[in-house]
Amino acid sequence: MEYFLELILGGLTRGSIYALIALGYTMVYGIIELINFAHGEIYMIGAFTALIFTSVLTLLGFNEIAVIVLASLAAVIYSSAYGYTVEKIAYKPLRHASRLSPLIGAIGMSIFLQNYVLLAQTSDFLPFPNLIPEFEFIKPYRHIISSAEIVILITTSTAMILLTFLIKFTRTGKAMRATAQDRNMAMLVGVNVNRVISITFVIGSALAALGGVLIASHVGQINFYIGFVAGIKAFTAAVLGGIGSIPGAVLGALVLGLTESFATGYVSSDYEDVFAFGLLVLILIFKPAGILGRVRHQKI
Amino acid sequence: MKCSFSKQLISLALVILCGFFLISCGESEKTSDASHKSAETIKLGVAGAHSGDLASYGVPSVRAAELVVRDINAKGGILGRKVELLIEDDVCKPEIATNTATKLVTEGVDIVLGHICSGATKAALGIYKDSKIIIMSPSCTNPALTQSGDYPNFFRTIASDDTQASLEVDFAIDVLKVRKIAVLHDKGDYGKGLAEFAKKYLEASDKAEVVLYEGVTPGAVDYSAVVQKTKYSGAEAVIFGGYHPEASKIISQMRKKGMETVFISDDGVKDNTFIKVAGEYAEGVYATGPIDTSNNPMAIAAIEAHKNTYGSEPGAFFLNAYSASLCLLNAIQKAGSTDYDAVSKALRTEYVDTPLGKISFDERGDAIGVGFCMYQVQNGVYVEVK
Repeated sequence: MEYFLELILGGLTRGSIYALIALGYTMVYGIIELINFAHGEIYMIGAFTALIFTSVLTLLGFNEIAVIVLASLAAVIYSSAYGYTVEKIAYKPLRHASRLSPLIGAIGMSIFLQNYVLLAQTSDFLPFPNLIPEFEFIKPYRHIISSAEIVILITTSTAMILLTFLIKFTRTGKAMRATAQDRNMAMLVGVNVNRVISITFVIGSALAALGGVLIASHVGQINFYIGFVAGIKAFTAAVLGGIGSIPGAVLGALVLGLTESFATGYVSSDYEDVFAFGLLVLILIFKPAGILGRVRHQKI
Repeated sequence: MKCSFSKQLISLALVILCGFFLISCGESEKTSDASHKSAETIKLGVAGAHSGDLASYGVPSVRAAELVVRDINAKGGILGRKVELLIEDDVCKPEIATNTATKLVTEGVDIVLGHICSGATKAALGIYKDSKIIIMSPSCTNPALTQSGDYPNFFRTIASDDTQASLEVDFAIDVLKVRKIAVLHDKGDYGKGLAEFAKKYLEASDKAEVVLYEGVTPGAVDYSAVVQKTKYSGAEAVIFGGYHPEASKIISQMRKKGMETVFISDDGVKDNTFIKVAGEYAEGVYATGPIDTSNNPMAIAAIEAHKNTYGSEPGAFFLNAYSASLCLLNAIQKAGSTDYDAVSKALRTEYVDTPLGKISFDERGDAIGVGFCMYQVQNGVYVEVK
């Protein structure tokens, strides 16, 4: 029973991280129907920014809490700036081109950002400081759940609630929903579509950066390549849940995380990916639009 | 209007054609220059991971070759010919290694030091074999490379994985006296090969049992599920086959969960990057690595030369690569030419003084006189366990 509980918690933690990244994929796809392959790299840049700021702030003698908050904030701002810039440089000029062009642009951006960090930073694995302190009250239970896992679960849920609030109840959220439904119509009724797209990229990047900081602090190491695997898994999660759907991305990510965790726990970690992608294939056969995705009818 | 456009088009086409002509002229000049040069120099290829995440294994071999060649050229070269290095990166990826090998062969390499990773080497070996080029790896420990007998052109200055695996198993059973062992690997040629040997030896001995045998996905976001599974398998020790990025993630997660399980690994983990990344969690980890030869005067001189030239301590496999360069060039000297048969005969018959001791090679291409011993991380450094 305890084993089962641990596997669930492990799966949820992993799923939360996937969810933070998957939201970026799904939001961007919902609005401009682009699969932003550079998104995994934004996550990696978030982790690197946090590492740099942590080292600097620790040297300057800030206390632990201040370091976590400031470094995460810096990562979020920096990654958002990257997300914004990538959109402006690579995707906006291609807005009216065929759908394949921005897709290839996205792959190009991904390769560019990876190699940029490789050259500007290092190719080595770097130790990432354990930003999340060990809570005293968790000590007796640390074989089941670590403080890092609790922090990841809480931060992710908070971020999701805030995002839902933003989308459901604010003017910006309304504009985003309108743009996702019909970009031309939204423009006609006075929505600044370019601004909405930029905001979407900024929010998606901020969430990815948060995921980057949390997971790097949890596993304790980063290098320039971490965005690739995380990006692929998060993309899978987004497709699983129904790409374009925000609750779908979260659900897909959690399902994926749990599947991987149980596959390893009860079968074998050799088959972790087999189960993860096997599930994807099954779901796409029976629900081609994903778990919560709606089939879009071609508008006339 | 239309007329002028087509005129522009024609002139553009002409310009492009001229460009091609110039480029092709330039290239033919270059090749003729190269063929002229090959008559004078002995070309030593150095292939391996010189960039990417495993660069820390490959860069030391480039530096070793540079130092050896610098010394030899300063003494007038070999057979009166200067030695020239052709350095090619394979990023430790099999699909790139074949291109690397093809490029070296096309450039007319005489002999190759490398590659670094077993998977990449296996992929490249066929190309060298077809071109009758001898290659010597400072770091590939996959047993099949020599034991299969498929590659008579392959030599190495490091002992193979089965010796490492049997050392790990003997150490776990006889020294640490553990009875339940989990064997993990990273699904790669190197890690899985080693894990399979460890499993085989453990099953052959009746003193210990394998309670878990699993492969983890390299680069996964975290390994908490595997770590949990290891805990519930009741394993007293983990034998891990693979490289340091996965090892440091697994050990950190185990220790964070409060597990005291003994961690034994291989020379892919006996790297200072592992200690740097895993930090306090690396403490107490065992790893097999090449026998410490730091008391050998040639080794001391080689390390000193590295420090003077590059301003840092040499990295992994530096001495193996240094020795391999010496052996290769010595064999050419003894053979009197770069002829394939003569050089491979010289490698198998002549003993050479190297930083690893006096070594030669057996029929299969394994070095006689090199081996492994066990190290443990103590206070942030690897210390030999006697």
